[in-house]
Amino acid sequence: MTRLRILMAGLAIAAIAPIGMALAAGGTKHIEPQEWHFEGVFGTHDRAQLQRGYLVYKEVCAACHRLNYVQFRHLVDIGFSEAQAKTIASEFEVEDGPNDDGDMFTRPAGLSDNFPPPFANDKAARASNNGALPPNLSLITKARPGGANYVFALLTGFGDPPSDLELADGMNFNPYFTGSQIAMAPPLSEDAVEFADGTKATTEQMARDVVAFLAWAAEPRMEDRHRLGFKVMVFLIILTILLYLAKQRVWRNVH
Amino acid sequence: MSDYQNPIIRWVEYRLPILSFIDHSVGRHYLAPKNLNYWWNFGSLAGIALAIQLATGIVLAMHYVPHGDLAFDSVERIMRDVNYGWLLRYLHANSSALFFFVVYVHIFRGLYYGSYKYPRELLWWLGIIILFVMMATAFMGYVLPWGQMSFWAATVITNLFSAIPIIGGGIVEFLWGGFTVGNPTLNRFYSLHYLLPFVIVGIVFLHLWALHVHRSSNPLGIDVQGPQDMIPFHPYYTYKDLVGLGVFLLVLCGFVFYAPNYMGHPDNYIPANPLQTPPHIVPEWYFLPYYAVLRAVPDKLGGVILMVASIAILFAVPWLDTSRVRSAKFRPIFRQLFWIFAIDCILLGFAGAKPAEGLWLVIGRLATVYYFLHFLVLLPLVGWFERPKPLPESIHQPVLAASAGAAVVPPEDRR
Repeated sequence: MTRLRILMAGLAIAAIAPIGMALAAGGTKHIEPQEWHFEGVFGTHDRAQLQRGYLVYKEVCAACHRLNYVQFRHLVDIGFSEAQAKTIASEFEVEDGPNDDGDMFTRPAGLSDNFPPPFANDKAARASNNGALPPNLSLITKARPGGANYVFALLTGFGDPPSDLELADGMNFNPYFTGSQIAMAPPLSEDAVEFADGTKATTEQMARDVVAFLAWAAEPRMEDRHRLGFKVMVFLIILTILLYLAKQRVWRNVH
Repeated sequence: MSDYQNPIIRWVEYRLPILSFIDHSVGRHYLAPKNLNYWWNFGSLAGIALAIQLATGIVLAMHYVPHGDLAFDSVERIMRDVNYGWLLRYLHANSSALFFFVVYVHIFRGLYYGSYKYPRELLWWLGIIILFVMMATAFMGYVLPWGQMSFWAATVITNLFSAIPIIGGGIVEFLWGGFTVGNPTLNRFYSLHYLLPFVIVGIVFLHLWALHVHRSSNPLGIDVQGPQDMIPFHPYYTYKDLVGLGVFLLVLCGFVFYAPNYMGHPDNYIPANPLQTPPHIVPEWYFLPYYAVLRAVPDKLGGVILMVASIAILFAVPWLDTSRVRSAKFRPIFRQLFWIFAIDCILLGFAGAKPAEGLWLVIGRLATVYYFLHFLVLLPLVGWFERPKPLPESIHQPVLAASAGAAVVPPEDRR
């Protein structure tokens, strides 16, 4: 009887085992997991890295991609002072109004404004991008299988197409993208930005930093979550042990 | 009631005996079999999961905006700007999944120990009705964030009704409140998502009422014969349930704090887009087995009927199971069949997660056939042909009885 059960369990495992592999393959190139500062039970963000990542976003990505769920005041969370955040905000123009004359007007952005979109609407975005719509980056590391690792792989994965692949007009080869053809041109090139902290702006460095920034933008409360989670887990472990001991004590005369 | 010394409590008790009611429900005066194991924790855990869903959901509803243009943004606002909004939402999302896990364990415990048998058939039925309402509630809740999976799950599931001949199309438009899934759909789902949990609470009370009439079944599956077989619910089972609650909260918080999106789907962080179908529409994991059954049938109506039947068949289980021995402990063949059936259900879950093609479609079909074979053929047959092991004399002396060779009492005479 036991043997039959073990056999069945073995069969179940044998049936289940290939699933993980099949999921990992998924048709596109395998995504290499990276090491991230924000990973793990005690994971936090590296503020310097987030600020470098913000620079990459602003100098490179912001030309086409929205980041509309992030407000300028949130930048304080990545280590900018309130004054710095205000200065950063004031470099952007946002539409406001109507004023007392009934007209819309533009003004420099303030702390309570969201990052303004690079295009007036999706149609305008498509018109400027060969028909492709640059996705909103606010949630990108949560909205793609593979998360941060996928975005990093995509940013660093551009290359020459294999000889048997005919690229469509205006498309670029990227083996991590569905169908291996992506409308976005390789966005990062050596020294595309100049980091204030002297970090060398290699393509990989910029990709790593901007992905960390986007991971923060997608989940700005993650550090709170890790911090609170640790306290809650410690509390619950002690509580559960005490409850078990109390239960044993209550039950000691029953058996 | 003379039980209470405090004059204020006595005053209240004389007019509204609510404390003694609680006491007779889950307190010192409710007697339960003394041999309940930890598998019996899952009933109270389900109740607690429901309470967590209600508490977090009511607060989320204060911040959520049920409108096609605003719903997704309002959820992100909850995640970013509402104080502890991320905690509320992650608790709500993850405990809904664990709610299903707990309920499934509860159901499988009932199947293993024959808890559905005489005289607990109605108790079992009420449980199945709760499962149905839970599924509807969970589905509509999944639609509310109005992400891509929300939208397309709503489209796929509501379209199932179009399989009904003649009136199907009308029903679908009625559900949508229009000619496609849209803002009216979201609004009514929100309204119902708020209503149905309270319907569940009502059915839970009926479930508990029926439970208290004949009390819990127990791992031995034999009836309690007197006070020597029972212990008061409080403090014994309150404390035992609290241990289970501690473990449940540890698992829940492990997900909430360290893997909050593990059970979710990345596509649901993309706002709903009626013009773009995701490459692969999948439900939450707790619906995957039904999804596999649905897709196992090449015909739409047939698939829908089979999917509903896969749960509705549970209503008939008290009569499909022809054995009068409740516990699988004493049913050697049924016990093997139970585990094979459990593996079959898990297999269905994996088949549901895969595109309906190739090997997985075949596996899904075979597993579906076996699912119904188990209930419709094996369960009646094994009851007739299986020779159960001797049952113990009583709950309080099972070990003694077993070692004394225990009189082999034919199960037919034990009722």
